[in-house]
Amino acid sequence: MSQMDETSEMSQTRGEDVSASNTIETAVRVETKRQPLPPRERLQQVFDIQDLTAIYGSKPAIKDVSMGVYKNLVTAVIGPSGCGKSTFIRCLNRMNDLVPSFHQTGTIRYQGQDLAARDVDPVAVRRTIGMVFQRPNPFPKSIQDNVAWGLKVLGMKDNLDERIERALTRAALWDEVKDRLKASALGLSGGQQQRLCIARAIAVEPDVVLMDEPASALDPIATQKIEQLLHELKEEYTFVIVTHNMQQAARVADMTAFFSISRGEEGQRWGELIEYDETEKIFTAPSDKRTEDYVTGRFG
Amino acid sequence: MSAQEVNPLLRPKDHLLRRRLTNRGMELLAWLAAALAVFFLGVIVWSVARQGLSQLSLSLFTKSQSVGFFGPTTEKLGLANAFVGSLVIVGIATAIALPFGILIAIYVNEFAGKTIRSAVTLVLDVLAGVPAIVIGIFVFQLIVVGRGQSGYAGGFALSILMLPLVARATMEVLALVPNSLREAALGVGAPRWRVTLGVILPQTIGGVLTGAVLAIARIAGETAPLLLVCSLVGGPAVNWNPAQALMTVPLAIFELSDQSDSQEHALAWAGALVLILFILVVSLTARWLATRSRRKIMRASG
Repeated sequence: MSQMDETSEMSQTRGEDVSASNTIETAVRVETKRQPLPPRERLQQVFDIQDLTAIYGSKPAIKDVSMGVYKNLVTAVIGPSGCGKSTFIRCLNRMNDLVPSFHQTGTIRYQGQDLAARDVDPVAVRRTIGMVFQRPNPFPKSIQDNVAWGLKVLGMKDNLDERIERALTRAALWDEVKDRLKASALGLSGGQQQRLCIARAIAVEPDVVLMDEPASALDPIATQKIEQLLHELKEEYTFVIVTHNMQQAARVADMTAFFSISRGEEGQRWGELIEYDETEKIFTAPSDKRTEDYVTGRFG
Repeated sequence: MSAQEVNPLLRPKDHLLRRRLTNRGMELLAWLAAALAVFFLGVIVWSVARQGLSQLSLSLFTKSQSVGFFGPTTEKLGLANAFVGSLVIVGIATAIALPFGILIAIYVNEFAGKTIRSAVTLVLDVLAGVPAIVIGIFVFQLIVVGRGQSGYAGGFALSILMLPLVARATMEVLALVPNSLREAALGVGAPRWRVTLGVILPQTIGGVLTGAVLAIARIAGETAPLLLVCSLVGGPAVNWNPAQALMTVPLAIFELSDQSDSQEHALAWAGALVLILFILVVSLTARWLATRSRRKIMRASG
């Protein structure tokens, strides 16, 4: 759906002029045509995060974050720059292990299992909880090998071609690349590269896909394609998506978590979870003043 | 508007005169320094070529003669034994230093913590600065005493000189590989060794080869350790067996130039010319490889 269609449709449904200040609200309105969420207790919780504090060196990036992530939903994490959105999402598959000065307190349970437990292998964590990064980062290999590499590494070598085709089809890339599977992935456009990265992530059949601002480096058309993908794929996967584009959160997410920056007395600053609720509520009837200020554009 | 009011851009800049002169002077000095370096390289290549070119013939590579210890011969011959010896010894050194150097670099860059990384880097830099003759004495004590000189000992000594060069060069290209690529590979659930072997290392092959080639160029002309561990050559015959001491090009140059016969001097010059040409060709190849691989990595990082 292009921006034009959306706007005209919104004007019709609401029967009034759409001004710049309430586009987010209207985006939510349009999206509320989707199925209403079942009550929270009927949803299956995949992540149970309690009092998560993440620290780089001696500087806390986020403090005391507690929330649940539900199965087969798209959960968006929004907030101003520097509020720890990326840090938070990278905790969910132990990607921060690579940062030497990083450590965290609190617990993240994935289907009941503490992610940080000693007998949990971070490789197994990342295999179950895949990731798509902010900048498209395909391997400098052929399109086909980009998807095949993970499959081969994980021993999923049966029906390799079939798996590759399925992953590329689900990532809405197959038709564009089926005639040049052996060409270098670096020759693809940015949007195609990002969809290839999504194909690479879902090819190995993870349960959860984390996306760290997957569309921030893309043009609106590529962004739209990726948003559509989320809608189609959430039947099978659970998505957690970081974005600082509020319209995007409003369009794609079922649940939205709003992070903001808190400041200490001595000038320290850290990210905090302010409000976590159904997307519609966050954008139309937030219960916290800070959320309201942010989503209405009074604070950014 | 009075006549005195000129455009500020055209105003006389007397106060800038001194600055301009200093600038010119410094520029000139820098230019001279650069010219001097080129001049000396030119003089060396020219004088070596002038003296050695006359001896550059096929027989230089096909025949050999005894030098030094066994005294001069009357007819001028070639340096085939020295070229073969250098080939064998440099080959042994490369076979040892290349895998070890690459493994060290991979460990330090991809797996080690910060402390170990800086410690190993320091050690490698110190090792690279150890005088070649010290390495020679060390290997002499370690291998030659009791067993005698050999091509193995020579190759081992040169491999110690080569190791830090290969390791540092590999570390540098590994550091060029963007972290996003490591994260991408880890993100699909690959263990770290698969990430290193399957994604990181293929990116760096060009750079590693460059480092190896430059290191080969560097050790091919190394003489000091070979004097101690691989210099008592049995005879003029071409010998491929590294269990015995082998003649090498730098050693042949050293011993030939020590003789009284002017023809042997000419042969030494010819050996020097071949060595210089080899290093020149190898360095240019390395440069070409380096630009290619850097371009490849840059493309990968977008």
